[in-house]
Amino acid sequence: MVDFPLLTAILLTPIWGILVLSFMPREADKTIKMISAVTMAIALGLTLYAYWAYDVSLGGLQYIENVPWITELGVSYALGVDGISLPLLLLTMLVGFSTIFVSWNVEKRSKEFFIQLLLLVVGAIGTFVSQDLFIFLLFYELGIIPSYIMVVVWGSSERVSKEYAAMKLTIYLLLGSAFMLAGVIALYVNAFPAGMRTFSMQVLAQAHMIGNLSEDVQVFTFFLLLLGFGSTLSMWPFYSWAPDGYAAAPTGVSMLHAGVLKKIGGYGLIRIGLLILPLGAKFWAPFIAFFAVVNVLYAAFVTIAQKDLKYIVGYSSISHMGYILIGFAALNVISIDGAIANMFAHGIMSALFFAMIGLVYDKTNTRQVLSLGGLAHQMPRVATGFMLAGMSSLGLPGLAGFVPEFTSFVGAFKVYPLFTLLAISGIVFTALYILRVLANVLFGPRREEFDTCRDASGVELVSLVLLGTVLVVVGVFPQLLMGMVNSGMEPVMALLVKLHVTPTLLGGVFQ
Amino acid sequence: MNIALLTSEIAVVILALLIIVFDLLMPRQEARRSLGYFAVCGLLGILVYTFNQHGTSATVYHGFFVVDKFALFFKQLFIVATILTLLFSFDYIEGLTHNTGEFYALLLLSLVGMMVMASANDLLTVFVGLELMTIIFYILVGFDLRSIKSSEAGTKYLILGSAASAVLLYGMSWVYGFTGSIVLSQIAAHLTASPAMLLGLGLMLAGFCFKLSIVPFHMWAPDVYEGAPIPVTAMLAMASKAAGVAVLLRVFLVAFADLQAYWLTIVSLLAGLSMIVGIVVAIWQTNTKRMLAYSSIAQAGYILSGLLAADAAGVKGMLFYAVLYMVANVGAFAVTTAVNNQYGSDKIDDLSGLSQKSPFLAVVMTVSLLSMAGLPPMAGFVGKMYIFMAITDKGYFWIAMLGLVMSMVSVYYYMLVVRVMYSKEAKNEQEFTASVSLRIVALISLIATLFIGIYPGPLAELANAAARSLW
Repeated sequence: MVDFPLLTAILLTPIWGILVLSFMPREADKTIKMISAVTMAIALGLTLYAYWAYDVSLGGLQYIENVPWITELGVSYALGVDGISLPLLLLTMLVGFSTIFVSWNVEKRSKEFFIQLLLLVVGAIGTFVSQDLFIFLLFYELGIIPSYIMVVVWGSSERVSKEYAAMKLTIYLLLGSAFMLAGVIALYVNAFPAGMRTFSMQVLAQAHMIGNLSEDVQVFTFFLLLLGFGSTLSMWPFYSWAPDGYAAAPTGVSMLHAGVLKKIGGYGLIRIGLLILPLGAKFWAPFIAFFAVVNVLYAAFVTIAQKDLKYIVGYSSISHMGYILIGFAALNVISIDGAIANMFAHGIMSALFFAMIGLVYDKTNTRQVLSLGGLAHQMPRVATGFMLAGMSSLGLPGLAGFVPEFTSFVGAFKVYPLFTLLAISGIVFTALYILRVLANVLFGPRREEFDTCRDASGVELVSLVLLGTVLVVVGVFPQLLMGMVNSGMEPVMALLVKLHVTPTLLGGVFQ
Repeated sequence: MNIALLTSEIAVVILALLIIVFDLLMPRQEARRSLGYFAVCGLLGILVYTFNQHGTSATVYHGFFVVDKFALFFKQLFIVATILTLLFSFDYIEGLTHNTGEFYALLLLSLVGMMVMASANDLLTVFVGLELMTIIFYILVGFDLRSIKSSEAGTKYLILGSAASAVLLYGMSWVYGFTGSIVLSQIAAHLTASPAMLLGLGLMLAGFCFKLSIVPFHMWAPDVYEGAPIPVTAMLAMASKAAGVAVLLRVFLVAFADLQAYWLTIVSLLAGLSMIVGIVVAIWQTNTKRMLAYSSIAQAGYILSGLLAADAAGVKGMLFYAVLYMVANVGAFAVTTAVNNQYGSDKIDDLSGLSQKSPFLAVVMTVSLLSMAGLPPMAGFVGKMYIFMAITDKGYFWIAMLGLVMSMVSVYYYMLVVRVMYSKEAKNEQEFTASVSLRIVALISLIATLFIGIYPGPLAELANAAARSLW
């Protein structure tokens, strides 16, 4: 199976699904859902195989495919995954597979819904497997328009209207991607002289070594990318689309956005920002660390004040992005290891959270913490899911969130002792709001108005079982994740050694 | 003298005359539909014939008229645009109830004007081609006698257009006065940077910018677009703009290349202004045609910005953009026509619930609009990449930046249209009908937009070859 184009197969499976779906009659509701589920199952299976068959001891890019595509621009259809992107690809598939079942009760225009859901998944897969900036951008933007339509058509208006939320999400992400695109163009034009230009991430990563990218260019280009990826990642101050967007979106879209698409920001910062523009990354790292702390603390405080479950998870995910950012900003192998693993853990965790909120909302018709209570009596399974997600969120050992957070703090502490301490204090606030939510929603006296609510059953259990299991398995055997991530860190490590990035030598304004 | 080089223009003229004759001979209104198909078939034949001229590079009439890859590229573009416009406009034109045959003939004659513009190699031929096209557009814009808006638009276009032509002609006469020649290559040989020369240059730039609806010469566009019959609006937006680009490129890059230092700054300002004004003002439009008019002002800004590179890469970007812009506009105007045939008006609101009634047309509209906004994997993305990379190379990073940011803002109003189609309920339960030829055009537009976006290679090579033939 050496020559089997595994990544293309993973990418194409949902696309085939989309094609089949577009020729289905609109009324065949059940069949449409079955087809979506089957395609995602196949894609997930292929991804699991890829994860299993990846040779960790060898490291580096594997399953490489490279076909020249627009030769005169230097674009090629280049795919490949390494220890950095493979966990995120797996995350995409796990969450994507779950969203199909979470959306099982979508009756209204289900054909369009599932086509767009699959399109969103294709976009996410594409960004993580592409090794060419052009294709990367192409897939990145593929996800934005379906999100808009899905929020507008299938979303819900509570605090803000769904039209407002959808537009806000779209504009933020697209403006971000405009800056990203500008950054990529600047990089493309500056990295090599005309005639030798390329979008290949691998080749561009060599550009700084042969001295083609001066520090000024790197600093400027990284800034543009930071604006772009920062808004994707909902870095402060570009975060405000996220809570509104998640709250208005249908459950499946919230899961994909919070769980997967957000991570493209962090992934891009490492893959493009750090590996291609190391000096730029070095310059901006202290700023990023500062933003990270603001993210953690500010979002945590705001979360405490929220009453709507979706807003709580929305803001808390912004807060968690701070942990990822500070892990990145510390620019050492341990902290970045932690940041990547944290992306995976947070993705699973927030997707599970949103899935559970979706279930609670379906059954009780409210997401207000104050109107809920004692749900563990009526819905023990949902309560289990909530508990798993919540405990992982506050970093309980034994669940997926603990090891990554711990690792990134250990790595970051050496570089930014003060910032890291502040960020760690965020865990306390996280504990505060998570425990308060769990206590108010799940426990306490039994409320009679919810006695009619049935517990999760049938397809509703799929996401709970799948994502919950992953949280526990990764929590208990973190090596499954960390080993993979670490195997991808070799080029990062080489780069950091070359740059002499040590705490005392850190660049930028704190020099 | 090689008259054979003029064959395709002559063929189109003959086709137009034949249509006028047949129109007189055919008594019944219904039979006139076949005139449209006749025109389409004739144009297809001429399109095939033009490939014959591929690779030739020759001039006739003492260098007044040139046939090269650049001219051919635009001629084929104009012919394709006319064919597509004809195809989706049959129902609409029949609805005009009078002079149907003339409509086809006039459309073809305006095509001749554009083809002459693409081949024009001296100022006089430029002017003749331009006027042939524009005068016919004056008639076509006011063609809908039932509509007061159409007559108003025709008058407005006539008055403003004549003024612009006068300005252009005035500029040309200054240039002639100071260089003693009207042939582009000879003008280039006698260029001086005297103030009078620059005045002529500026006046000519203003005249061309009017045709391109570049801010601040854009005021006519929204009203004229709104009032004109939709097929005419489509031709105005796609083909006449591309024709303007063709002459602008040839005149400025062949004749005035040495004065770059003077016009580049002005062009960059005009392009930037067009992007901003076109996109910002489009947000408040409630009429689909007006919205497309403002969007086309912005698109003209994008195309014009390619001139800043003043090299083959930039021109390639512009040619590529002109094609994808046509392709996307064909889709948008086809859907607008379908909706107009259904409800008899062109408010954006009329698109409500289109995704329910005709999911296919809704997808076509969405893809076309997003292509104009420049989102991947639609063709617009690649077009913007080509242009912005070319101008970034020459140090115009700020305008690339502006263009990118504005194009993302433009997504805002395009998305408003998408929202109307997808989330609003349809106005009534009426079955939505669209003719087969219209659906075919929509399908062509959809496939082409996606294909060019995903595999731009072949078209880019064509554009590149055409661009290089200018030097």
